[in-house]
Amino acid sequence: MDWINSIVQGVLLGGLYAMIAAGLSLIFGVMRLVNIAHGDLIILAAYLGLTVATALGLYPLIALLIIVPVMAIIGYILQRVILNNTLSDDILPPLLVTFGLSVIIQNALLEIYSADPQKMDPGALGTASANIGGISVGLLPLLMFATAIVVIAGLQFIFYRTALGRAFRAVSDNQEVAQLMGLNKRHVYGLAMALSLAVVAIAGIFLGMRTSFDPSIGGGRLIFGFEAVIIGGLGNLWGTLIGGVILGVAQNIGAQINPGWQVLAGHVVFLVILAFRPRGLFPRMTG
Amino acid sequence: MSDFELCVAQLEAHYGDFQALFGIDFNVSKGEVIAVIGSNGAGKSTLMRSISGLMTNGASQVIFQGEPIGALRADEVAARGIALVPEGRQLFPSLSVEENLIIGSQIGRTGFWSLQRVHELFPILQERRHQPSTSLSGGQQQMVAIGRALMANPDLLLLDEVSLGLAPVVIKSIYEALPRIIEGGMSAVIVEQDISKALSVSTRFYCLQEGRVSLEGKSGSQTREEISRAYFGV
Repeated sequence: MDWINSIVQGVLLGGLYAMIAAGLSLIFGVMRLVNIAHGDLIILAAYLGLTVATALGLYPLIALLIIVPVMAIIGYILQRVILNNTLSDDILPPLLVTFGLSVIIQNALLEIYSADPQKMDPGALGTASANIGGISVGLLPLLMFATAIVVIAGLQFIFYRTALGRAFRAVSDNQEVAQLMGLNKRHVYGLAMALSLAVVAIAGIFLGMRTSFDPSIGGGRLIFGFEAVIIGGLGNLWGTLIGGVILGVAQNIGAQINPGWQVLAGHVVFLVILAFRPRGLFPRMTG
Repeated sequence: MSDFELCVAQLEAHYGDFQALFGIDFNVSKGEVIAVIGSNGAGKSTLMRSISGLMTNGASQVIFQGEPIGALRADEVAARGIALVPEGRQLFPSLSVEENLIIGSQIGRTGFWSLQRVHELFPILQERRHQPSTSLSGGQQQMVAIGRALMANPDLLLLDEVSLGLAPVVIKSIYEALPRIIEGGMSAVIVEQDISKALSVSTRFYCLQEGRVSLEGKSGSQTREEISRAYFGV
């Protein structure tokens, strides 16, 4: 029963990883930008959530109503003012700039909030659980997983059923011709980053409710996000969810065998999949 | 100067150190069909890229409907009513046939052309509407590329080598659609390597050679020898 339990917990944890990964995948898919600061932006969202929740006395999930639009606006401005200038055929400048951004965010958070671990209080939701077939499943992880499914379904809908998604795909396919269609790619990229950081906000708040966080942990979350994207296959949003689940399950099984193996087990599974399926399990994107 | 829909004056274009166009003067009146002929590398596509804003130039080097547009970005030029059917069709592979058409209209210019009208012009595109654009034949892809440009309801349509790589029978059917495309008063510039085809559908022509206009005039007014000389430079 312990094993089944850890698998179930791993699946639910996968939801968080999928949310972290979805924003990364979106940005890479639309503009071939690898956002090294993605993990730190998640921690930034968690701190913003903490600040808003404490200042206004809001429940963390209600703070989402503020943090999601705030992060989206930050994303749009970040893209228009800084990141658009780094985009060219060369993929190195955006890597370097987002790496620099990562360092800046970490240090700014350290300066403002100190290095003490913080946590958002999930209240009764944090301890509530449902008994499903003899396995006790926490309501918070369950909600987190359900949210991940909704987020990915929503992104999928935006991408394939709306004018905005059409613009994303067109710009991703061919920037020049997309401009001939009247699409200003700088604006479209801004909207893509806004959407990515809206998802980052959701991931950040859930992360902050689930575990304690401090300014330095963004990089670790970034790795999990990358691994989920690569396992799932580039450009495939549902694949990203599956990637997140595989990673979460691997980590929990690892922890079941030996508590020290949790993170290691995830990396090993990632490496094995990368070795045998270099393009991930369900690749959609070529080249 | 304001009589012209499009007025290109002393246009120069560069790719890095390489100069592709040298002082091109080029005009299009309202409702006119202009042919641009010339061999490979003469600068035809560069001229199209400059007009459509894919290459930016001095603002007053390209004047459209009395306004300088030479320094505008392609999306801004498109919003003012110039649509380019790019060389090699360049459909969006991630978009279906219908989505490729719809994205042409999202610039928000209204007019004669709609999805329905494009489907009437090229019925096969309605039949194939949900297919990926990459699954179409070359000729059908060209129809999508032309339809996509029409969906923007442009005042000036630029067609860059629409017959390139297509079978003669397909080229014929695309050119047969041309009169219906421009009958609403749209101006058009047709870039074409097939001289006789280009001259037969146009009112005037420009021949480019190594980045300069080597000959211009009414279509059909020049002898074959004159055109050959302007085309090949021999």
